[in-house]
Amino acid sequence: MKRVILPITILVVASTLLYTSCSKAVKGRTDDIPALSPSNNDLNAGTWKTILLSKPNQFDVAAPVATNSPGYVGELNEIKGLQQNLSDDQKNSISYWSAGCVLRWNEILRELVAKHNLPPYQNEDGSYPLPNAANPFSYPEFPFSNPPYAARAYAYISAAQYDALVAAWHYKKVYNRAAPYKFDPSIKTLVPTSDLPSYPSEDAVVAGVMAEMMKLFFPTEVAYIEQRAAEATKSRMMAGANVRSEIAAGEALGRAVAQAFAARGRTDNTGKAVGTQADWSKLEMDCIAKGEKPWLSLETPIRPPMLPFYGKVKAFLFDSATCVALRPGPPPATGSDLMKKETEEIYQFVKNPSREQIRIVHYWADGAGTYTPPGHWNAIAAEDFIPRNYSEIRWARNLALLNMALMDAAIVCWETKYYYFNPRPSQMNPAIKTITGIPNFPAYISGHSTFSGAAAEVLGYMIPERSAAYQSLAQEASVSRMYGGIHYRSDCEAGLVTGKKVGLFAVSRARTDGAD
Amino acid sequence: MRIISKGKLPASLIILLCILSFKQLQAQTDIDAIMMAKRNICVGPAYSYSSWTNYWEGTYKRDNRNLGRVSTQMFAVMGNYGITNNLNVLFSVPYVKTKASEGTMRGMEGFQDLSLWLKWRALKIKMDKGTFSLFGITGLSVPLSNYVADYLPLSIGLHNKSLSARVMADYQTGKFFVTGSGTYTRRSNVSVDRTSYYTTDAHLTNQVEMPDVASANFRTGLRSKYLIAEVVLANMTTLGGFDIRRNDMPFPSNKMIATTAGVNMKYTVEKVRGLELTAGANQVIAGRNVGRALTVNGGVFYIIDFSYKTKKVISNTQAL
Repeated sequence: MKRVILPITILVVASTLLYTSCSKAVKGRTDDIPALSPSNNDLNAGTWKTILLSKPNQFDVAAPVATNSPGYVGELNEIKGLQQNLSDDQKNSISYWSAGCVLRWNEILRELVAKHNLPPYQNEDGSYPLPNAANPFSYPEFPFSNPPYAARAYAYISAAQYDALVAAWHYKKVYNRAAPYKFDPSIKTLVPTSDLPSYPSEDAVVAGVMAEMMKLFFPTEVAYIEQRAAEATKSRMMAGANVRSEIAAGEALGRAVAQAFAARGRTDNTGKAVGTQADWSKLEMDCIAKGEKPWLSLETPIRPPMLPFYGKVKAFLFDSATCVALRPGPPPATGSDLMKKETEEIYQFVKNPSREQIRIVHYWADGAGTYTPPGHWNAIAAEDFIPRNYSEIRWARNLALLNMALMDAAIVCWETKYYYFNPRPSQMNPAIKTITGIPNFPAYISGHSTFSGAAAEVLGYMIPERSAAYQSLAQEASVSRMYGGIHYRSDCEAGLVTGKKVGLFAVSRARTDGAD
Repeated sequence: MRIISKGKLPASLIILLCILSFKQLQAQTDIDAIMMAKRNICVGPAYSYSSWTNYWEGTYKRDNRNLGRVSTQMFAVMGNYGITNNLNVLFSVPYVKTKASEGTMRGMEGFQDLSLWLKWRALKIKMDKGTFSLFGITGLSVPLSNYVADYLPLSIGLHNKSLSARVMADYQTGKFFVTGSGTYTRRSNVSVDRTSYYTTDAHLTNQVEMPDVASANFRTGLRSKYLIAEVVLANMTTLGGFDIRRNDMPFPSNKMIATTAGVNMKYTVEKVRGLELTAGANQVIAGRNVGRALTVNGGVFYIIDFSYKTKKVISNTQAL
């Protein structure tokens, strides 16, 4: 028996060690960041230039009750009651949301984009079903949040948050109601204290915007986001930072502003972006008529092109004539020597890629199931904003400018793609095997390059000391599409230049919006 | 057929082997009950070809015409050294190459993971009618190159390190044997090239938490001095992980389950001392988030005797 006991003991011990050795739990980069404590409250932000609102007080916010009224005292007692027995989950919730509501909602939005960014699976007959906003829960769920769709969602939601916060800051200054902990020292403050007036609550404004915007952009997530919004606003009460009426006023304001943006969104031409079979055939015929080889879907079964009329969506930063004027000149003719040369260059890239080239391709791929390239630039921006201790309204303003530039970059890029209808490298030379999924729309100009050119310009203006770094990130994002085998050099270079031009519209707005 | 007839196999097994007819190699491995004798090394090249056109996206079985047939070839050098008659060390160095027959996606290739196993026959009891053996086996694997993990189904591996612990029992009576084992594999987290990914929620990190793996293996057949023929039923199940969503790409930390059924044979060439030929095939018969792969493999091994007492080549089956 001894001979049995020894090995079994060793195996049991070894297995136990295996199982219990270091925990494998992975932390996200922003899981444990400290509470936001703005270095400047931007008290005058109520005067900053709004995007869609005609004036900051376009929507009324009623005056708060007096702080010596029984109603207010009752609200203070509610906070004290909440603070009696905070569970660990509640403390975690306070800590999570204290990092900044604009940041957290931006992260949640990126998560929703990734969750819904899946191309529909084909029908039995080889056709593809379309997501239907009128029936969002049936497969394929609405939306398919591909890059143009995502760019628009990020832009609308960020812009609505910004306008709603400008309105909130306007009323904060008008009513000048101090935070609950300034009235009652027995209220614990579980987030950094602030001199910023607390009526209406900025956290509730942003939560209200997000919840309301879900109805348009992510209808299957309304219930989930309402629950997160309730959690976000409750965390502010539990933290001693807002009383219930400040939350209610903020949420109502956020929802009202969001409804104005949603109304714009319903009439911005996105509904016509898909087109019909006849429209798609016409794009092909028009290209052939110009003497060029038209783009073909490389998917099997052939998938209709992604949002071919997204180029007609109403931009935030310029009018439709400007959008057309921003379209770059044509790519090399498909029959030209230059096109042959550019195709050969891509073939050489994918023939024997280095590990570093593959890393770059995959770092920037941001394809199906991800938060898309606009989401990637939101992540880059957010992680650079965190240490800068911006006020919530400056966070919102910066993300609104970035995301309006990204959406408008998508519009110009898509307008250009379907105007030229240029084939992908693998269509020109089937020996070109790609290192990432091949997007289902024409090549010229590169979406990644256009997005990145725009983002680098906007972020470089906001954080000048990082300007060179953003330019080199944009360069890398752009060239990643050549390394990946899915874009020619012309697509990438013209994309970066065009994106930069779009970005400059956002920069010029930033210079005059009153924030700098 | 000559090879098989020498082993005097039952007709049914001969037919089965003929139908599958795969020249494959499996020498004594970390998952069978065969030991190399002290100071003998068995070493040689091995090859396998695995391919599928159908896979399980979660529990939904489908094909993908943008991939066509996904194939994986493995070229490996494998070996087994007898430290003592009851303690063997085994290694494998594989080079892997993947390909998709349709669509535009490029295959990958490179050195995959070095695996090392320590196989200990802890117990060997002669009984009335046969012999019962109990084994304790531990293994580790380490990536041999900086290959890409996050490129499924065309990545050459998952790029995690792993530690395994296995308990295996074997019973042989006459030429008939039965072997069963259970394995727990602890897998390290892996790094991917992107900085964010979505599983069932968003992750803002390039680190991926890899679920551990439990596997079970059952094999039975005939084992004689010159021929081993067996059928194998195996299952591997990740302890955690998530399903591939509809029409999404797979991910290293997916929940993966595969049940395979297969056959193996090993023939020791009588006339060339120390030469062994192996062949095998297996089919994934049920799975989740894996390809429904058919794998065939083969190998040629040579046994060298380093013991100074005896110069002669010893068949690895000596210790049975």
